[in-house]
Amino acid sequence: MITTSGLTKIYRADRSRGREVTALDGVDLHVREGEVYGVIGQSGAGKSSLIRCINLLERPTSGTVTVAGQDLTALAGRGPRAGKELRRARSRIGMVFQHFNLLSTRTVQDNVELPLEILGTTGRDRSRKALELLDLVGLADKAGAYPAQLSGGQKQRVGIARALAGDPKVLLSDEATSALDPETTRSILQLLRDLNRQLGLTVLLITHEMDVVKSVCDSAALMERGRIVESGTVGELLATPGSELASALFPVGGDASGPDRTVVDVTFHGEAATQPVVSQLARTYNIDISILGAAVDTVGGLQVGRMRIELPGRYEDNVVPIGFLREKGLQIDLVDNPADPAVPAVPAGPAAQALLVKEGAK
Amino acid sequence: MTWSETQPLLSQASWDTLYMVGWSTLFAVVGGLPLGLLLVLTDRGGLLQNLPANKVLGQVVNVARSMPFIILMVALMTFTRSITGTTIGREAAIVPLAIGAVPFFARLVETAVREVDGGLVEAVQSMGGNTWTVVRKVLVPESLPSLISSTTTTIVALIGYSAMAGTVGAGGLGDIAIRYGYQRFETQLMWITVAILAVVISVIQFAGDFAARSLHRRGGRSGPAPRLRLLRAEEPAAAAVDKVA
Ligand SMILES: Nc1ncnc2c1ncn2[C@@H]1O[C@H](COP(=O)(O)OP(=O)(O)O)[C@@H](O)[C@H]1O
Ligand SMILES: [Mg+2]
Repeated sequence: MITTSGLTKIYRADRSRGREVTALDGVDLHVREGEVYGVIGQSGAGKSSLIRCINLLERPTSGTVTVAGQDLTALAGRGPRAGKELRRARSRIGMVFQHFNLLSTRTVQDNVELPLEILGTTGRDRSRKALELLDLVGLADKAGAYPAQLSGGQKQRVGIARALAGDPKVLLSDEATSALDPETTRSILQLLRDLNRQLGLTVLLITHEMDVVKSVCDSAALMERGRIVESGTVGELLATPGSELASALFPVGGDASGPDRTVVDVTFHGEAATQPVVSQLARTYNIDISILGAAVDTVGGLQVGRMRIELPGRYEDNVVPIGFLREKGLQIDLVDNPADPAVPAVPAGPAAQALLVKEGAK
Repeated sequence: MTWSETQPLLSQASWDTLYMVGWSTLFAVVGGLPLGLLLVLTDRGGLLQNLPANKVLGQVVNVARSMPFIILMVALMTFTRSITGTTIGREAAIVPLAIGAVPFFARLVETAVREVDGGLVEAVQSMGGNTWTVVRKVLVPESLPSLISSTTTTIVALIGYSAMAGTVGAGGLGDIAIRYGYQRFETQLMWITVAILAVVISVIQFAGDFAARSLHRRGGRSGPAPRLRLLRAEEPAAAAVDKVA
């Protein structure tokens, strides 16, 4: 539904001195129709630049953006101003903002009618549609209120109703819940989820909070310094060894009890979850296994279990038992043991971890 | 002088002042509003970004604004004659008054419009709105309270300028104060004109503030809602707001 390829955005802070910020560095994103897709990353990673490039509020320096089969970058033209075609395309993409961006001088209903005014809908149809949408987001009784009289959560509901006024197929959300308290955040995310299901709306949401991804997203991407470093459906991510997103989505704690111990994270999903692997492992190899931490949770609608276990001895001593766990169809991530001076301090990153696992496997 | 002599003098002068100030305010708003909007829109990052044009406009506005009114009036004499056919009288005074007030008001408009949250502009763009939509639906309505205050400020400044227009025979309260009070030592008459001016300015200021404030209260940030965040859940808080509102 949304595809970007090689999307690059370079801000030129000062043209004469040529100071440049590369906010997006060749981003390839693919959002399928009808899914909720989360892009997560730290502040400054380029998330807002990405979402603003998708409806071309920001002109990409290079690369293409396709939404619903339409190449928006081709519509953009050369000048800085948006032509008619691009504006039409934008009106079919809803957008929700962190700070709501409601007009303070208009009532709730008039705010929702604004996109319809722009589309040229006539008066009666406008108010009918606006009231329908306010009903959909649970604010039918607030049509005559001004934004200043609403709570943050209510303002965002108005923002969502307004974004839906043009019957969009796609909703873009830039940190829509970041200005809200946890409880309100949950209710807004639930609303987005419901709209996604009821209307078949494709949602691309941007956030810096892992909980948001965990509670509503079907797919996710991790952004760092203008690049997408990991992406996939939540299931795929959890099945990827060393996935930073997966371990952030589903963390298990626990430190090694001393040096000369091997610590591994075992992730169960699907059939593997029902096998008594730990006791099998202990019995087969006659080793003592300590469980450092464990959790079972639902991520993106999938039931997942994760356990951090400790085996005696270095990694070299445990190649066979770990191989046994892999054979059982479990996902094994080796964890650095900071208490072990023999293992050089490896910078903790997905690439480094994956490398370690690969080398160990040889 | 007796009251029967001064009364027609004062009412004619008040009327002349209102006439000059009224027309020049109208021109100032009609000319200054688009000019102020252009100053914002053509600036860096603006919807009509055009830095050379912005520089030129800004410079013209600055020069015109810092020009002493009395010099502007003299400098514009040929222009005034070409428009009104004369350089003397109320109509002739309106030309330099309006031309002096346009850049004055434009700068105030610029300041007011810059205060509008850029997020609102972005929201309208994301709905497919063009520049004209942004101006009509966002920039002007959202800055309306400030624009009204700016108009009040402009009217008060024009009342001040119009006193100088007396020197080209335009009449008005300032003219009375100077001719009778300063040149003929009719102190009493001078004080009456000062009092009338004070009352007129106060009424305009009050009316302007009132209009700006009531608009602001309707939609603005000063609503009662944010003070009531003691309640935790969203819905009860909303109910409490309802009662207040
Ligand atoms: N309009 C702009 N002009 C110059 N630099 C910008 C602009 N917008 C964003 N940036 C820079 O681009 C980088 C990415 O910003 P942004 O996309 O807002 O990240 P995020 O939303 O992930 O916090 C940052 O370094 C930021 O300073
Ligand atoms: Mg951001």
